[in-house]
Amino acid sequence: MSVASVTVSRREILKPKMVKIYVMGREYLVPEGLTIHKALEYAGFRLIRGVGCRGGFCGACATLYRKPGEYKLRIALACQNVVEDGMYLVVLPYTPIPRVKYKLESLKPDVGLVLKLYPEIARCVACNTCTKACPQGLQVMDAIQAIKRGDLAKAADLTFDCIACGICSMRCPAEIRHANIFHLVRRIYGKYMSPKPRHLEDKIKEIEQGKYREELEKLKQASVDELKKLYASRVIEPEE
Amino acid sequence: MSMCGYPSEIKKLIKYVEETREERLKKPYRRLSLEEREKLLKEWHPDYKPGTKRPLRVGVCKGTVVYNEVADLLEAWPLIDPDQIDLSKVDYDVDVLVIGSGGAGLAAALWAIYSGVSPDAVLLVTKLRLGDSNTVKAQGGIQAADRPEDSPILHFIDTVGGGLFANKRDLVEALVTDMPFIMKWLEDLGAMFDKNPDGSYVEVSGGGACRRRLHCARDYTGLEILRVLREEFLNYDVPYLEFTPAIELLTDPEDGGVSGAVLYNLETGEYYVASAKAVIIATGGAGRLHIAGFPTSNHYGATMDGVVMGYRAGANIVHLDTFQFHPTGVAFPEAIRGELITEKCRSLGAQLVNVHGEQFIHQLETRDVVSSTIIKECAEGRGIITPTGAMGVWLDMPMIDMLRGPGTIKKALPAMYRQFIRHGIDITQEPVLTYPTLHYQNGGIEIDVFSRVLRPNGEPIPRLLAAGEVGGGVHGRNRLMGNSLAGILVFGRRAGITAAKTVKETSTRPKLSLKHLEKYIEELKSIGVPRERSSPILLPDYRGEKVLLRSLRIF
Repeated sequence: MSVASVTVSRREILKPKMVKIYVMGREYLVPEGLTIHKALEYAGFRLIRGVGCRGGFCGACATLYRKPGEYKLRIALACQNVVEDGMYLVVLPYTPIPRVKYKLESLKPDVGLVLKLYPEIARCVACNTCTKACPQGLQVMDAIQAIKRGDLAKAADLTFDCIACGICSMRCPAEIRHANIFHLVRRIYGKYMSPKPRHLEDKIKEIEQGKYREELEKLKQASVDELKKLYASRVIEPEE
Repeated sequence: MSMCGYPSEIKKLIKYVEETREERLKKPYRRLSLEEREKLLKEWHPDYKPGTKRPLRVGVCKGTVVYNEVADLLEAWPLIDPDQIDLSKVDYDVDVLVIGSGGAGLAAALWAIYSGVSPDAVLLVTKLRLGDSNTVKAQGGIQAADRPEDSPILHFIDTVGGGLFANKRDLVEALVTDMPFIMKWLEDLGAMFDKNPDGSYVEVSGGGACRRRLHCARDYTGLEILRVLREEFLNYDVPYLEFTPAIELLTDPEDGGVSGAVLYNLETGEYYVASAKAVIIATGGAGRLHIAGFPTSNHYGATMDGVVMGYRAGANIVHLDTFQFHPTGVAFPEAIRGELITEKCRSLGAQLVNVHGEQFIHQLETRDVVSSTIIKECAEGRGIITPTGAMGVWLDMPMIDMLRGPGTIKKALPAMYRQFIRHGIDITQEPVLTYPTLHYQNGGIEIDVFSRVLRPNGEPIPRLLAAGEVGGGVHGRNRLMGNSLAGILVFGRRAGITAAKTVKETSTRPKLSLKHLEKYIEELKSIGVPRERSSPILLPDYRGEKVLLRSLRIF
């Protein structure tokens, strides 16, 4: 084995390089390398709206921005993306996407169902704006087209990583309510179309029949030393 | 976008990881004995570091040792003066008040309804948006012993061993025996878990588990569970208030039990009075307190509000002298430092490696132990120093595709892949730099198997329930991977059922008062708590120093 040099020279950062950003039009100077959230906080904003998990999962921080000299409207997640010099940005406080109530247990998972609840799907002109707007890089339009064809399994798979930030719906010329449609489609797939785990039913039966009751009772009463012995003597199942 | 990836001086160290990879792929690293684990914890785990804790000076657990950051919150002035709140005008008069909208809160609301409470007699209040919680950030999976090779017995032993034998065992029994039923419930609600073509779950190992027991939904497991629960909740038309946290509980002076809460509109500053026959605290954890100075993997609202409110109303607290530091937080890039690199990476085979390319721990030891060894490697000079001076060790991600076939990472860990590729690091080709991050509140306000909140004498506080991370006892002094999603649903469900029963048994509406708070304030006065220290803090304040120094509060 070769010996690596342990010390990596620390970059002397006495004065971090500052970049100019425009928060809802007003200019602020912030250090480069910060996420949009952290830059806003550095600038003095105390966040309430447009912030949630701060890890790219909750979709609360959909952000729109333009860069100088460009016509293109770009998208970002304020918790994930880093500020850039000259960025004109707004973190959306809310995206209005009304949902339709439904009763999952009495739905029939047929082709027309989703179209009946969300008829605007039929207005999709396949412009692909939704796909281009997705901060997760999902094939949003393909999912809508799959739903139109009645291929809910495909749509469920394509939209699984959707974080419901709502940007696609804000950009869609057909005014489709994507995230809510995708929630519905995935639940239909999960409940009616995905194969069922039989081993789960078996284990539930065993528990209901009281198979483990006595042994659990013993474990609850056991001394810590007895538990330690049991713990240390477990056989750890190998990886697949 | 700064798609820069690793700076060159770090990038050149990757070759040492690559050089040892073939060898490491062949030979599994040995597991540690209980004695070796204890020694590591005592020497390196933050829980054992002197100077980070102190005994509480107020409240029902006076003398109990907790982390300083926790003590600061409990030894703090309430946000309200009891005299300024008009309790004669009730804004929300309901049967069940649920505080919090993560997995525990939503499960509790649903099971209260399933158990006979009318949906319009429930009120759910939440600090941010409906569903904003740590639940959505839970990536790796949820534990349920449902394979033929597995059993609730083994799940029990893994859980108490992982918890350093400090768990409340009847809570663990509830956890392990309820979980298969919870999986069935999630199936019925249409949650999509990873499955084999025959319908059996794809299950992988978690740290400290002796069986493959983790059920995953790619690496969006918590998000999938939450969005299904949220859909179901919304279909019932349950009244809910967003951006409206509870800031104090209300108590009935006759029995000292809980009778409602004072709510606060974060945007308008207005307060509301809610009266309820049962109150469920499901406010989650405390990562945003940055215990022991660590960055955190938690969501923006994880500020321990529930413990603060519950403690003032007389709840016992357990295990708040221990927190979980998740071994693999992001160490680089700086922009996302502290965010989580899911344990599922290690479940799938990624090993931890120091600057020399040496493996120093089996990647699936329990989290407390793995964190301790990473801290040790870095403290002893075998870590990698990032450009901002942070330290870390390598998590050898490309191993996953080598072990399980090309494409595994993109299929099983899409969130992880995205998180790093946004910063120019391709985890299918390069290892990532990792260091422990503050992840989980092991303890909390003590609950029993009915999710009732207990006083120090073991008696339940009438009409007060808790579920999820805010509740203490089930995980002991260290939680196993996959047991948090399990815990929120098992005890959320139980809280909902108990709430429905409590409503039936409570014929007259309990009286509203802030008597418990008046008493608490007297105690605060007697120890001279500084005036500017108040709690719950609701949200962390990360505003820049320069701005705060010049801040005028005139608008």
